[in-house]
Parts: sequence; C-alpha cells; structure tokens
Amino acid sequence: MSAVAAEGVWKFYGDYPALRDVILHAEPGDCLALIGRNGAGKTTLLRIIGGFSKAGRGQVRIFGNDPRETETRRRVGWIGHGISVYDELSALENLSLFGRLYNLPDPHKSAMEWLERTGLDRVKDGLVREFSRGMRQRLAVARAFLHRPSVLLLDEPFTALDDRAVAVLQRLLREALAEGRTVVMSTHQLREALELATHVALLNRGKIAFSGERTPHMAADPGWVYAHYDEA
Amino acid sequence: MDFLRQTLVIARKDLRAELRTKEAINAALAFSIVILVLFSFAFDPGEQETIEMSGGLLWIVYAFAGTLVLNRSFAREVPNDCLDALVAAPISGGALFLGKALANFVLVGAVELVSLPVFGIFYNVHWAGRIWSLLFVLALGTWGLTVIGTIFSALTVNIRLRELMAPLLVYPMLIPALMSAMKLTMDLIAGKPLGGEDEVWLRLLVAFDVIFTALSLVLLETVLVG
Repeated sequence: MSAVAAEGVWKFYGDYPALRDVILHAEPGDCLALIGRNGAGKTTLLRIIGGFSKAGRGQVRIFGNDPRETETRRRVGWIGHGISVYDELSALENLSLFGRLYNLPDPHKSAMEWLERTGLDRVKDGLVREFSRGMRQRLAVARAFLHRPSVLLLDEPFTALDDRAVAVLQRLLREALAEGRTVVMSTHQLREALELATHVALLNRGKIAFSGERTPHMAADPGWVYAHYDEA
Repeated sequence: MDFLRQTLVIARKDLRAELRTKEAINAALAFSIVILVLFSFAFDPGEQETIEMSGGLLWIVYAFAGTLVLNRSFAREVPNDCLDALVAAPISGGALFLGKALANFVLVGAVELVSLPVFGIFYNVHWAGRIWSLLFVLALGTWGLTVIGTIFSALTVNIRLRELMAPLLVYPMLIPALMSAMKLTMDLIAGKPLGGEDEVWLRLLVAFDVIFTALSLVLLETVLVG
C-alpha cells in the first residue's frame, strides 16, 4: 500500500483546471520532490494531499485512507508557507498545545525533546513574537515533527530558511527517511531538495510532465528535469 | 472524552492568547462602558422609561461589543497560517468549534458582567432582586450570540473584508435570540418573574441556542475544508 497516492486528481478554480488528472504514488521511505514553476499546482496538490481542500475529481489516499480521517491526520506532519505557531504563546506552550491536540502521552516531555533537537531549549519560555525569523522557522519544524508523523508534507520548506534552520531540517528529514517515513515536498530550491529526494515529479500547468526516480543527472545538474521535460 | 479534552485545550489556548494581547476584550469593554455612559447623559430617562429601554439598550451594547470579540475568534488563526495547523491536527470540527465558542463565551460574558453594574449605577436600576434569573437569561443570550458569532467568524475567515462581512451576516441571524433576550431582560428588570407570559420567549431563546449549537458542531468541518 502506498504511503501517499493521488489517483486522477483534478482541481478547478471556477472553470480553470489548476490540477489535471494528477497520478502520483510515494511509498514508505520515499522522498518525493514536487517541482514546477510558480502556478504549476504544487501547493494546490499538497493541500489536497494534506486534506486542507478537496479534489474536484479523483481521490487522494494516505496509507489507503481519506486524508480527513482523524487517524490519518495523526500520521501526517505539515509545514506550509506560514510557521503555524502562535505569536502570543511561548515556544514550550506552542509545542505542548500541539502535543495535546495530537494526544501525545506526555506533551510536555515531547515538547522539551523537540525544543532541544531544534536548539530552542534555552528560549523555551520566550514568546514566539520575540523570536528571530530563524528561531521561528526552527519552531515550525519542531511542530511538524513533534508527533513523529509517518508522512511529512512540506510546502517550500527551504524557502527563506537561515543556514542553521536548513541544516536542522535536512538532518531531521534524513533521519525520518532512514526510519522509513515518507516525505513529499514542493520546492524551488532544487539543490537542497534533490540532495534528499529519491523521486521527482515535475508539474507543468497542473499536469504531471515527468515522474520517476531521481537520477544522478538530476543531482549533478538541478536544472536537468526542467531542461528535458518542462514546456516553454 | 477526547472530544471534551480537545475542546478544553482549544478554549484554554484562545483564552491565554487573548489575555496576553487583550486586543479584543479591551476594545469590547471600552465600547460597552462608553456607550452606556453616553446614553445615560444623552437621554436622562425616567424610571419607567429606563425599565422599557433596559433590555434593548443592554443587548444592543452586548451584541456590538460581542462582535468585537467574536470577529477575532478565527481571525486570530490567520497570522502565521495557524488555521492550517488546527485543520491538520486530529481534532474534530465540533471540538474546534466548541472550544472557540467556550472561550468566546467567557470573554463576552466577562464584558457583560463588568458593564451590567455600570448600567445599574448610571441608570439607577435595581436589577439585583432577580440576579439569578437575569444571569440565566444573560447566559442563554450570550451563548446564542457566541455560537452565531463563532461560526460566522469561521465562515468569513478567508474573506478580505471579514471585519465588515461578519457583522453583516451575524446581526440578521441573531434577531430571534436578541428579541427574546431583550424581552426577558426588560421584564426581569421590571420585577416580573421568569416564565409566565414570557415563557414563549424563554423557549425561543433555548431553542435558538440548541439548534444553532447543533448545526455549528456539524458544519464547522465543511465551513473550513469544504
């Protein structure tokens, strides 16, 4: 059973098809890099996989289940364009809050563990609104990994990250992949993404223009997929 | 059990965030007190006039002040895309709605409890004789206001002009609840007991609360995800 499966997914905004018959599969342990130009449909597809919006046609399954099922949501971690943590709460309060929402056995302990892993333990009681951009981003990473999700959905995860946050995220993603978890990420940062990716899918105007394993060509030349498969 | 626990987690989070910033509650408190004080100077009503206008005046103030709190309910989730994290979390739409509604109920209730004595002092109204009945009606009316305000806050969260749209949608929906609450409050301040000829208004208010609470619990998931 695929960890993530999109079967003939269409999405319409009015009459405009933002996604056209998208078929994708990611198995446990895969890291799928979704690439494509702005407006190609990467975020739309990730949001449908994450259960934030519904497909117009076709279906998405996570381990064979609907993304909106409660048990499915427990297995998915999400990093979107925003950091998705509360400015008015401290770092520890934020992670404890999400630990409780995910029904972790000891939310406080899990929160402390992830604050340490992301280098934020010394500022655990500081309000997020007082954090630097890099610290906020590391907290967002901690929130997404807190409940040890089997599937990680990352929308432009490397965009605007500082060097330390990039290093933290890459280390955590490598560990997750080594543990057999699945990562699906949309990205424009080809070099960082292709270092981690096992598979690549190129979206062009809502259609899959290429989908397959990441080859040495791609890792050596991040523009290789665009050069060979992207329409002008 | 999970439902109740998640409801309380959301309510505590909203209350904690609001009490740290005091964005909405300060505005609502200031609004309600200023309106009550200004009206008392502008109209200088007699005893009978005060009783006749009491229900209307109080509930108009509560409805407008309440909107300042309720508008923020889901708008609070917009910065940093926090709503995404809540939608992604394994909690039911019902628990999310109820948690937010409970937090709003506490905040709007606090504004009402502060402004009620102000009303008593500036209008020379002796409402303490029917305090428990009055608090009961306040709770029912406030819950109706909170439920409608919370669900419409969710409905308008992604609209650019949500501060304008939410009140436009909320007030027409609230007419039955406000009419009931106004009539019941007026009669209690006039010294009449709860029930009797007012029972139909009490039933209407209870039915309003039950129906819209049930609908909102079921509909929030659809409102947020489609």
